[in-house]
Amino acid sequence: MIKIDVRGFACPIPVVKTQKAMKENPGRELLIICETVVSKENVSRLAENKGYKITEEKDGQDYRLHLKPQDKI
Amino acid sequence: MRNLRIFMIVAGFVVGVLAALMTIFGNPANMGVCVACFYRDITGALGFHRAEVVQYLRPEIMGIALGAFISALLFRDYRVRGGSNSLIRFFLGMFFMIGALVFLGCPVRAILRLAGGDLNGITGLLGVVVGAVIGIYFLKRGFNLGRATSSKKAVGLLMPLMMLGLLLFAIGNPRFIFSSTQGPGSMYAALGLSLVVGLIIGVLAQRTRMCFVGGWRDLFLVKDTYLFSGIAACFVGALIVNLVAGSVKVGFVDQPVAHTMHLWNFLGMFLAGLTATLLGGCPLRQTILASEGDTDAGITILGLIAGAAVSHNFLLASSAKGIGVFSATAVIIGIIFTCSIGFFMSEEA
Repeated sequence: MIKIDVRGFACPIPVVKTQKAMKENPGRELLIICETVVSKENVSRLAENKGYKITEEKDGQDYRLHLKPQDKI
Repeated sequence: MRNLRIFMIVAGFVVGVLAALMTIFGNPANMGVCVACFYRDITGALGFHRAEVVQYLRPEIMGIALGAFISALLFRDYRVRGGSNSLIRFFLGMFFMIGALVFLGCPVRAILRLAGGDLNGITGLLGVVVGAVIGIYFLKRGFNLGRATSSKKAVGLLMPLMMLGLLLFAIGNPRFIFSSTQGPGSMYAALGLSLVVGLIIGVLAQRTRMCFVGGWRDLFLVKDTYLFSGIAACFVGALIVNLVAGSVKVGFVDQPVAHTMHLWNFLGMFLAGLTATLLGGCPLRQTILASEGDTDAGITILGLIAGAAVSHNFLLASSAKGIGVFSATAVIIGIIFTCSIGFFMSEEA
């Protein structure tokens, strides 16, 4: 699993970094760690559009988004 | 996600309708709500520039900020953070304003101008789009201004308190506040109405994350139409009100608070679109973020105010007659500065 920590980055950097990770690691699961609701929403919308299944968990102040490519489900 | 999109479309429509209605209630034509112009008017009211025709404490801005603050508290979006290259953000905010005041409007007003039939809005929007596309190039190359870190909750109150102070000045009208007696600054809706409209826009923009540059950026960056749907709905809302009111006048010439120097309309808004893309949002979005506790966005707003002061004090701003004496020089310097930031603040640099 590829782990991307986008905590502290303002919009749209979390989306840009997630998109880059998706392109560089096709078919692989990604774990995105973010801290704002906006980042969580934006990354989730990107993942949904790109056909990833999203599992979300709260970890203290942070959000951990598990993005699983649909063909792996 | 579908519900969110519907909410965004409704919110964008409401913002467009309210903005167009505000021109009927007294705000300047095609300028029912213009975030850049209104910060410029506030800057003048505070005496930071002395352009006598654009001085008024626009309550819409304070309403937007305070509405977003209340909304952020209610919906637990209030989170204090900052320290992501604030000084660069200040200068990007300043150059945003310089570009916007060469066009005579921010990306919100570009939509409202088009909805009023002002075809110069197309030139301006083209500038915003090309600016966003160049911004995307930098983003994909690894541009970012670094991580922000959390701070004490009280620090996030500074911008809402500043806005509250400005509102009290607007209500009390102390002697040191300047007020235009002619020109766009003398045209305004009733204070209470302006404030309420601002509050509504602030809540809607906070909940939806509405952004008039982000919408264009996301179309090209991630092929996502969520933010853009708000822009499109705003245009439709304003257009409908303008059509009903009979205030649509299609053409380039003799449009309200506008000029027809196409190259500079384009380049001014190119600079605005590029700076806003690197900043992560238009002035409306920056106002909302500042109210949510983002102190970097607060610095950006101070940059916008400095930009308005510089624009009018140094003859950079346009007027209905055309661009200012030093507009072209300032826009070119702004483009060089912003592109340099785009290159050098990259993870690849």
